[in-house]
Amino acid sequence: MAAPRLIPCLDVRDGRVVKGVRFQDLRDAGDPVTQASMYQDQGADEIVILDVSATPEGRGNAVETTSSVRQVLSIPLTVGGGVRSVEDAFALLEAGADKVAVNTAAVQRPELIDELATRFGSQCTVLAVDAAARWSNRWEVVVNGGRTRTGRDVKRWIRFAAARGAGEILLTSWDRDGTRSGYDLDLIEAVTAAVGIPVIASGGADNAGHLEEALSSGATAVLIASILHDGVTTVGSLKKELIANGAEVRP
Amino acid sequence: MSADVVVVPTGTANAASVAAAFRRLEAEPKPAKNPDEVRDADYLVLPGVGAFGAAMGHIDRHGLRETLTDRIKEGRPTLAICLGMQLLGEKSDESPGVSGLGVVPEGVTRLPRDLTVPQLGWNLVAPGPLSRFVKPGWAYFANSYKLASVPDGWIGTQTEYGGDFVSAIERGDVLACQFHPELSGEWGADLLGRWLNGTGGRS
Repeated sequence: MAAPRLIPCLDVRDGRVVKGVRFQDLRDAGDPVTQASMYQDQGADEIVILDVSATPEGRGNAVETTSSVRQVLSIPLTVGGGVRSVEDAFALLEAGADKVAVNTAAVQRPELIDELATRFGSQCTVLAVDAAARWSNRWEVVVNGGRTRTGRDVKRWIRFAAARGAGEILLTSWDRDGTRSGYDLDLIEAVTAAVGIPVIASGGADNAGHLEEALSSGATAVLIASILHDGVTTVGSLKKELIANGAEVRP
Repeated sequence: MSADVVVVPTGTANAASVAAAFRRLEAEPKPAKNPDEVRDADYLVLPGVGAFGAAMGHIDRHGLRETLTDRIKEGRPTLAICLGMQLLGEKSDESPGVSGLGVVPEGVTRLPRDLTVPQLGWNLVAPGPLSRFVKPGWAYFANSYKLASVPDGWIGTQTEYGGDFVSAIERGDVLACQFHPELSGEWGADLLGRWLNGTGGRS
């Protein structure tokens, strides 16, 4: 079987890596090329770059960042943030992204998922979903960095998107993001039971135990950010621990 | 070494990753502008991401079907990646009614329904004793379909995903991979290097 993937995520604003808690209080965490290259050397299975620039000028850097990172990266690269059209996606793919993630624009205009899947294939089309816990085993899709509620139920939205051609789900728990309190396992279980496409769990990782929990709950990959950027651990140490516990990850 | 690597534009993505991988090997990848360049290339890469039908449509519109078929039959240095490998087959469940290049007498079938599909991630590649280019190791896959079986006259590698499937085939200087060598880290870079250095080039 394919091995579970450990995926460092770089939030990039105006060409610099940033990290915050619950999408707020962003602070500088370095240069994207240096960071991506370092995580590749540590054994990362993939890299995700999410552009969180607040302005169109800032977002313009995403293509340039993608292109620079591609030159050093021999593992897959997913880029998201501000992708609103097939043209936006094409520019990122041309620059060297292997997959493109859409979020807010897909909520506003779900046809975007069909368009991307038809033009580039489902394996290129990642739907990023920010999920906020609402009531017992229910989650609401939130957008704009959690500032805007959509009224959409997460499970229904993801099923709908998978049927439209999304090939992978990047599932972020808004409640856990940046908190290092563990992934929202109920959310992961609910979503992976609802769709047959790969789900990347995101939000809340602090240690290898958290990664194992997310993978046992049905995720095929785990996104890691804070603990790597803060130097708490490395991809290599996390993998060593997972392997020692019997997980079949790529060494 | 500065080899001329010509990349067939199939109208889909992953050309940038392929180009970057070859540049790291100090080769000079460039997109093919016409069928002659596809025929005459020292090294040819047939990448592919997207749908079988769309890619064959692109190949036919650019008049590349015969050129590609001849080149592969002659065993000249050609690397087919992911969907590119599937295009070598006769047909695919993905696009019923569309004829592939048909250089291998095999169909392309979907991965089993009860699995997570697409297969997105790293998996182990097990080459046979006669494999010239592919060595054992972890490769990155992004596929929902696969070649049904190893064609006669080709050397195949196996990978397990709900049962064994064909993860690469090689014959002469032709190498076709279901995985993405350009995204398979150092192992993939080594494989591309063996293909570049171990093949006949201007044969």
